Amino acid sequence: MSAPKVGEDPRIRDIMSRIRVVPDFPKPGIMFQDITTVLLDPKAFKDAINLFVERYKGRNISVVAGIEARGFIFGPPIALAIGAKFVPLRKPGKLPGEVISEDYELEYGKDCLQMHVGAVESKERALVVDDLIATGGTLCAAMNLLERAGAEVVECACLIELPDLKGRERLKGKPLYVLLEAH
Amino acid sequence: MEESKGKEDPRIARISSSIRIIPDFPKPGIMFQDITTLLLDPKAFKDTIDLFVERYKDKKISVVAGIEARGFIFGPPIALAIGAKFVPMRKPRKLPGKVISEEYSLEYGTDKIEMHVGAVQEGERALVVDDLIATGGTLCAAIRLLERVGVTVVECACVIELEELKGREKLSDKPLFVLVSST
Repeated sequence: MSAPKVGEDPRIRDIMSRIRVVPDFPKPGIMFQDITTVLLDPKAFKDAINLFVERYKGRNISVVAGIEARGFIFGPPIALAIGAKFVPLRKPGKLPGEVISEDYELEYGKDCLQMHVGAVESKERALVVDDLIATGGTLCAAMNLLERAGAEVVECACLIELPDLKGRERLKGKPLYVLLEAH
Repeated sequence: MEESKGKEDPRIARISSSIRIIPDFPKPGIMFQDITTLLLDPKAFKDTIDLFVERYKDKKISVVAGIEARGFIFGPPIALAIGAKFVPMRKPRKLPGKVISEEYSLEYGTDKIEMHVGAVQEGERALVVDDLIATGGTLCAAIRLLERVGVTVVECACVIELEELKGREKLSDKPLFVLVSST
């Protein structure tokens, strides 16, 4: 069940009502938070973007990094609205140029996230965007990539947090902003 | 060599020059058109979106379908600006809900593209967006998927066309609009 956070903007309830929960995906026992249904409602989608833009406009953020693939849906509209560059963070073998890589742990095994060399410059202020934070492993890898390139991660931004998985604690003390929580 | 379409909008030169060519990716002999460098130039990225939005905003388009993953970068900003829904078209097993699939040929073997059941309604007017058209196989599969459920595909829109691969011919009667042609 999803809940907006305390003191919520009224747009959030509408966004929340558009999220579809799909049981047993990708495997039994998981209640998957499907945001594709938010994207089918132009007003809800626009409101979600506006909520982030209102928060980040005027804070001198020059980089929005989005995590493949659903971070590619939310990151670019935010980047465009605040005048920042958009940097895709991708699974191995997808980015064509020279990359830096960051390995991270999965429940079973490892995965890897990559960023183009030169995408980000030292001292740039960055936002990391994904649709959802679960364990925080991917977001942590994303932050590491940006910091290794010399950027400062200002905040991580997601539509949904699964607080029971405590991902917020894996962000090395960096702030996390989410529109709603799901339990 | 990059060549812009004739009688250029002045914004196109900057867009064209912001695209990076990477030789021998993903395999020897291929000159890969890397749009990630376009995304690093906020003005070029904004101009790219504006050029599509200006073309489509009065065409009563209610659906923008974007092909995973680089179509997720360009499709949503267009959808948001013209008030349309955004529908992600994905590789198999990524979408959590019930899907319809369309198979298409690769140089060796086949691949599949999927869309959620219920994402679009019969009679809707759609745009299909990807970063680039090569042979046209994926775009063609996307068009077929939408037409199978009674949607009218108004046009396909890409940033780049690889003219010598003749993807345009594969789309037969469907119009294709691109910003930059590469020879």
